[in-house]
Amino acid sequence: MMKLASIFFGMILVNNYVLVKFLGICPFLGVSKKLDSAVGMSAAVIFVMVVATAATWPLYTYVLLPNDMAYLQTITFILVIAVLVQLLETLMKKLMPPLYKALGIYLPLITTNCTILGVTILNLDNGYNYIESLVCAAGAGLGFMLSMVLFSGVRKRIEDAEPPKVMEGLPITLVAASIVSCSFMSFGGIIESIFGV
Amino acid sequence: MKKMEILTNGLVKENPVLRLVIGTCPTLAVTTAVSNGIGMGIAATFVLICSNIVISALRKIIPDKVHIPAFITIIAGFVTIVQMVVKAYAPALDSALGVYLPLIVVNCIILGRAEMFACKNTVLDSALDGVGMGLGFTLTLVVMSAIREVLGAGSFLGIQIISTPMAILASPPGGFFVFGVLIACAVALDKKMGKKVETDPEKMGCAGCMNAAACQAAEGGDEA
Repeated sequence: MMKLASIFFGMILVNNYVLVKFLGICPFLGVSKKLDSAVGMSAAVIFVMVVATAATWPLYTYVLLPNDMAYLQTITFILVIAVLVQLLETLMKKLMPPLYKALGIYLPLITTNCTILGVTILNLDNGYNYIESLVCAAGAGLGFMLSMVLFSGVRKRIEDAEPPKVMEGLPITLVAASIVSCSFMSFGGIIESIFGV
Repeated sequence: MKKMEILTNGLVKENPVLRLVIGTCPTLAVTTAVSNGIGMGIAATFVLICSNIVISALRKIIPDKVHIPAFITIIAGFVTIVQMVVKAYAPALDSALGVYLPLIVVNCIILGRAEMFACKNTVLDSALDGVGMGLGFTLTLVVMSAIREVLGAGSFLGIQIISTPMAILASPPGGFFVFGVLIACAVALDKKMGKKVETDPEKMGCAGCMNAAACQAAEGGDEA
């Protein structure tokens, strides 16, 4: 239980995918302007992350590994994720129209989002078991949401600021991201001292 | 002459990282040391050239409806080759790049060029485009990792040159900072040459990104 908690909070604060591991920078810069879209995008990411991990972990452990085909990991995972996103989109449209209305527009952005493929591969690299992998995926998704929401607030302030002409727009946004990332650096070590793992 | 233009396009005019702002994840993540920057650049360039060639050769055969999955499969195949080669001949680089090596599959530069260029042009042109874009990517990685390694770790290619480095530049916040400053430099250069530049984050990168339409729909569609 302690280990699960340390993985979960570690993924949110210490190994934050966007601000510390640099995964999913495109949506971080592209869809973080408004709070609503930041939340919607991250909700879709959390959902797909957990589902993708639930599908790829058994596939790797019980199909690829015993048959000596571990080298096919990258190619199978990306195909599984692409198929899953497509499937989820169709299912949601048919069975859960309100959810589709809320998250549907973000789904096409997710197939080629490196956080999804990243979390499925990193789970196996870290040697997590099935439950740990799912917890890790949920934590990674929540961490993504936290940084998106925090940053959408920062973006609002940047809009009103007047930086030097050459720094306007993307450069100043990146410098602001650097400062937000700094604040996450200070979480290093907090998980070890709380959970003692 | 036109061939030359395609080749040099990726180096300066349409530099994938600094002008099109695509492929930002590996740019920020692996540029803590020059050797990683070079390794990542070469790996991505190889995949880019090969996938551009194969995709443009197959551009009339792949049905439009399934073109994205087909492109991803082709790209993933070449990434797997690169992974196996790097693991066999450069294990140190393999552990330094870690998860970012398989993540070349979802690198927007490669899928973006397949979408924007390779599926509309001849094999030779696509190969040249791959070489140009790949070199542009590699050069930017080298410049950025040189700044971060020299100032952040005080060394260049592992040789110690500064005794009191600013460690923050080698850490994640430093990555964002150096990248922001580099883009500002590119913008300043453009302005000096009298070009108009779009620096709004939503628009700047979107020219080269295949997700642009979906991304803008996501950003604008929530007000309804």
